[in-house]
This record gives sequence, C-alpha cells and structure tokens, in this order.
Amino acid sequence: MKFIKFLLLGVVFGIVMAKSEAISWFRIQEMFRFQAFHMYGIIGTAVVLGVIGVALIKKFKIRDFHGNPILFHPKDKSVVRYLAGGTIFGLGWALSGACPGPMVVNIGYGFLTMAIVFFFAIVGTYLYGNFKEKLPH
Amino acid sequence: MREFITQAWSWWFSGAMIAAIMFFLLYFGQSFGFSANLRTICAAAGLGKKTKFFDFNWKAQTWNLVFMLGAIIGGFIAKHFLSSDVPVEISQATIHDLGKLGIAAPASLQPDELFGLDAILSVKGFLVLAMGGLMVGFGSRYAGGCTSGHAISGLSDLQLPSLVAVIGFFIGGLIMTFLILPLIF
Repeated sequence: MKFIKFLLLGVVFGIVMAKSEAISWFRIQEMFRFQAFHMYGIIGTAVVLGVIGVALIKKFKIRDFHGNPILFHPKDKSVVRYLAGGTIFGLGWALSGACPGPMVVNIGYGFLTMAIVFFFAIVGTYLYGNFKEKLPH
Repeated sequence: MREFITQAWSWWFSGAMIAAIMFFLLYFGQSFGFSANLRTICAAAGLGKKTKFFDFNWKAQTWNLVFMLGAIIGGFIAKHFLSSDVPVEISQATIHDLGKLGIAAPASLQPDELFGLDAILSVKGFLVLAMGGLMVGFGSRYAGGCTSGHAISGLSDLQLPSLVAVIGFFIGGLIMTFLILPLIF
C-alpha cells in the first residue's frame, strides 16, 4: 500500500506527458528546430515553479511526510561528464524523439515499437556501467 | 468539459503539473529522476554480479519502478479515455522541414516513418530506434540524469552541473536534427 501514492503520481505523469504531446517525436523536432514555444513553455513553467518551490523548501526548512528534512544533494563538480553525457543523450533524444519517461508513456499509449527504444536504452545504460571506469568524468 | 480534457493540454498547465509531481515526490521523501529506473532494471536483472555499477540495493528504488508502471498506465488512460485522436498540431514550418526529409505531416502523435511496423521491419528503421535508445540510455547515465533529473529537478535547485548537462542535451539534439537526420532520411 505504501507504493500506491507513487503509482498514482506515475499515472498523472503519464497522462500529463501524453496530453501535453511531450511524448511526440514531432514535438521534439519542433523544439530542436526552435519553431514553437510549446516544449519550452512546458519545461520553462516547470523550472520557474520548481526554482520558487525549492527556494521556499530551503528557506522554511520544510520537512517531508516522514518528518525528515528535505535535502538537496549537490551534484559532483565536473564539466566533462555532463557535457559529453548530455551531448550523447541529446543525439538519442532528437533521433528517437523520446527521453526515458516518454518512452514508457508511449508504450502505454499504444506505440508498442517504442519498446525497442526502451530496451536499447537499458542496453545503453548497461554499456555505460561496463565502460564507466574507462570514460573521463 | 469533455472537449477541454480531450484536446491537447496547454503548456502552462502541463508544466505546472510536472512541477507539482516533482514536489509531491520530494514530500514523499524521494526525488524526480526517471532514467534511474534504467539502472535499477539492470540491477534487478542480476547484472550487479558482474558489473559493480549495478551492485546496489535496487529494492530501495522500487518506488520509482512503481512510478514507471503508473506512467505506462497513464499513457493507456490518456489514449483510451482522454484522447480525441487529432494529429499533433505542430507548426507549419516544422511540417515543411520534415517534409523535405520525407516525413509526412502528423496523422497521430508519432510518425509512421519511424514507429510504424514497416519501418521497424527494415534494417535502417530498426537501427534508428535501437541507436536512439542506446544513446539516450548511455548518455543519461554518463551525464547522471535525463530531462527529469537535470532539466527539471537539477535546474530547480540551480545546480550548475545540470545546466551544463542541458546545454549538452541541446548540442546533441541540434547536431542530430540539422546534421545527421538529413543523412539518415
């Protein structure tokens, strides 16, 4: 039962991603071609509200429902891994038109061939795990 | 009301909902990062026996797998109960540019040229989807996060590494869109 809230949040996430058309390859192409505000509006609104909310959580030291402080862990300082990893991610995002969340939403929506993309995303993660030590971070 | 629900949702409402989901996850003691599931699946498949990166207590990530299951159900609900099945209304400029690549104007949410059965049964079509997925999976773990982890959660916390990652997303996306896609299609 303790997982039901995460299931419900996932359902809402899936519906929002589908109904905002953020799961569409066409929308991602439109974004990378800078030909519409739609995707920038979605991400921009989320980030603006996110910045305000996170600042409020920190300022008022808001706790989670367990009573623990909500902590934000600074990510490791580096440029190489974020730039190189981000660029590889972007290549795949623009090609398949889906990042990991939208991949599974697409499968639920009925675009079953997206399962190929998702399977190979797992393979890609597996390859990273194996080559991690050899890559600059 | 029905029409209000079945048409495409506005960017501001969708963006606000995504922020709300992130805050609910924080309130429930977790954080919003979808691609972590890919690593969790590798660990759950027992790959941690051979590869250290997948040797961790993946069961602590069960909540995120459940969230992923919910996302699949959400996609199903959107299609079968909340959809009016109108083609995605992208800009005329995008339709024109994609037409030059041989990709027809939208008839649904996704192009048949990539996700149709004919496409994936060809070697090229299969490789397009396989390589796309491979790079998303490899890149998100290398960068330590995807759109949810970096562009939404990371930028909301004003993390510089996340900004660098998002810049990377766009470098890769622009190279693919303007330099590589014309070679493929």
